[in-house]
Amino acid sequence: MEIQERIRKVIDENSVMLFMKGSPDFPQCGFSGRVVQILEACDAKFGSADVLTDPELRDGIKAYSNWPTIPQLYIQGELIGGSDIVMEMHENGELKKKIDAVDG
Amino acid sequence: MMATPEDIKEWIEQNLGQSEVEISGDGRHFDAVIVCAGFAGKTRIQQHQMVYAALGDRMKDDIHALSMRTMTPEDRTAETTVDQ
Repeated sequence: MEIQERIRKVIDENSVMLFMKGSPDFPQCGFSGRVVQILEACDAKFGSADVLTDPELRDGIKAYSNWPTIPQLYIQGELIGGSDIVMEMHENGELKKKIDAVDG
Repeated sequence: MMATPEDIKEWIEQNLGQSEVEISGDGRHFDAVIVCAGFAGKTRIQQHQMVYAALGDRMKDDIHALSMRTMTPEDRTAETTVDQ
């Protein structure tokens, strides 16, 4: 399967999807770890993919949304942002609203 | 090549146009505050994408991580007023 198609599929299948460095239990980068902590604080159920173990994914996800950095958080198919935007949205309550809307 | 905060400021201001950029950082991780009139009416995602586009390949080659806050001149005025 083409990488762009693979990415689309995984984003479709996971309403909240995080592309990160490492795993939620063992993040390999402070920015990825911060987003995991925020998602956990919001009680989000989320899928994750480790770009460090998948070079094709690492390049592919940057092209997918024209966004050159990892982590990247998607909610219901939409790129929410990297760690700066996720943190900002966590602080002002927008993120929790989006996540609750998914679960509800 | 290690980028300096001054390099990044110059790269962004050159390509983004009509912007004011403040950067701090250590050569690998940088924090930026970017004020640009062109951000008006854009989402945060689009604002960050504009900055990434301004940096182009530098984002891949010279910069490991860039934290940024983006705002329009009006946003900044509002923020300053709130702070007082």
